[in-house]
Amino acid sequence: MAVRKTLDTFAGPLSRSNPITTQVLGICSALAVTVKMDTALVMSGALVFVLVGSNAIVAALRDLIPSRVRIIVMLTIIATLVIFIDQLLKAYLYDISKQLSIFVGLIITNCIVLGRAEAFALKNTVWESALDGLGNALGYGLILLLVSAARELFGSGSLLGFQVVPAFLYAENGGWYVNNGLMLLAPGAFIILGLLIWLQRTVTGYTEE
Amino acid sequence: MDALSHYLSLAVETIFIKNILLAYFLGMCSFLAISKKVETSIGLGLAVVFVNGITVPANWMISHYLLEKGALQWTGIAGMEQVDLSFLTFIVFIATIAAMVQLVEMTLDRVSPTLYQSLGIFLPLIAVNCAILGSSLFMVEREYDLMEAAVFGTSAGVGFFLAIVTLATMRYKLKYSNVPKGLRGLGIAMLLTGLISMAYMSFSGINL
Repeated sequence: MAVRKTLDTFAGPLSRSNPITTQVLGICSALAVTVKMDTALVMSGALVFVLVGSNAIVAALRDLIPSRVRIIVMLTIIATLVIFIDQLLKAYLYDISKQLSIFVGLIITNCIVLGRAEAFALKNTVWESALDGLGNALGYGLILLLVSAARELFGSGSLLGFQVVPAFLYAENGGWYVNNGLMLLAPGAFIILGLLIWLQRTVTGYTEE
Repeated sequence: MDALSHYLSLAVETIFIKNILLAYFLGMCSFLAISKKVETSIGLGLAVVFVNGITVPANWMISHYLLEKGALQWTGIAGMEQVDLSFLTFIVFIATIAAMVQLVEMTLDRVSPTLYQSLGIFLPLIAVNCAILGSSLFMVEREYDLMEAAVFGTSAGVGFFLAIVTLATMRYKLKYSNVPKGLRGLGIAMLLTGLISMAYMSFSGINL
């Protein structure tokens, strides 16, 4: 029984209760960093670190935080972790950190982090909360990976920077294929995510209202 | 005259071409959650215009006089030109925003209870709205001056207001149409936002 529950805490957010498509949390960054797969991967990694860390710390302090000031306490914990990861990215992955620009900082106000701290970590043990954080961060990463793969494949014809669509197919080389420029722009992100939500909800049978 | 047209073009650019929501995806969470009713979306939109117009210049002053490299020179203490506190940006900005929201809330409660009544419940939500923190971070990244920061903050809020009211009116109409089951709610809202964003992209040809 206990094993089943632990497994559920971790695996639930990957499919049924996915943070983006079902809980509607953390959509801003999911759309903004998904033009290329490498930025999406780095962003997911940063979120795994922040979410596991903040959930564990909030859970460890849950009996000490007065409920009136809990929001500001949680924001401070999250902001500290974000500063840490931001400095780390600037030191070791400078190019990608430039491309991510303000979106690493925006992890602070990413609703997934605050939402999970408020909804889960305040009521559960450190171990369960860390697991819940890991599950939710990976669920978020999964969606980011799917959206960015679709956008990079159709928008630039490559995956992770490697050319996938053969060069001779392109119109400028005498072929017929043209990249879909819309995928690289904002509307492409909205539409791909909308279709992904449709697919996920049809498979899991979840409906609103 | 020159200055005026400069600020005007910055405002138009921020509202339409580089719309904070439709081009940079900031504030999506509240955008999707609050846009079910037109009245509430107007309330949230106004609150964002208000708070953003105040916090962006406030954060400009903090970052310019306290955090940037050499910003503490005005204190006159020797060695201060070497101090660089910019790694504290995130935590200081989020604290300023939370404090400002609280301040705006208390002032409104005292000065204009009717406005407080209509904006009241949205103000606390705004403290964790990424559009607010995002505009402050963009202001640092794009190196605006104080006046530009004020114009940018307000017009980013206006852009958010326009987008959220547009989506709310569309979702109101949507009540009477038969949407496929899995697409109801979030799915169709995302597709609609994509279409609105595509419409806003037609502004990008405008040269100011």
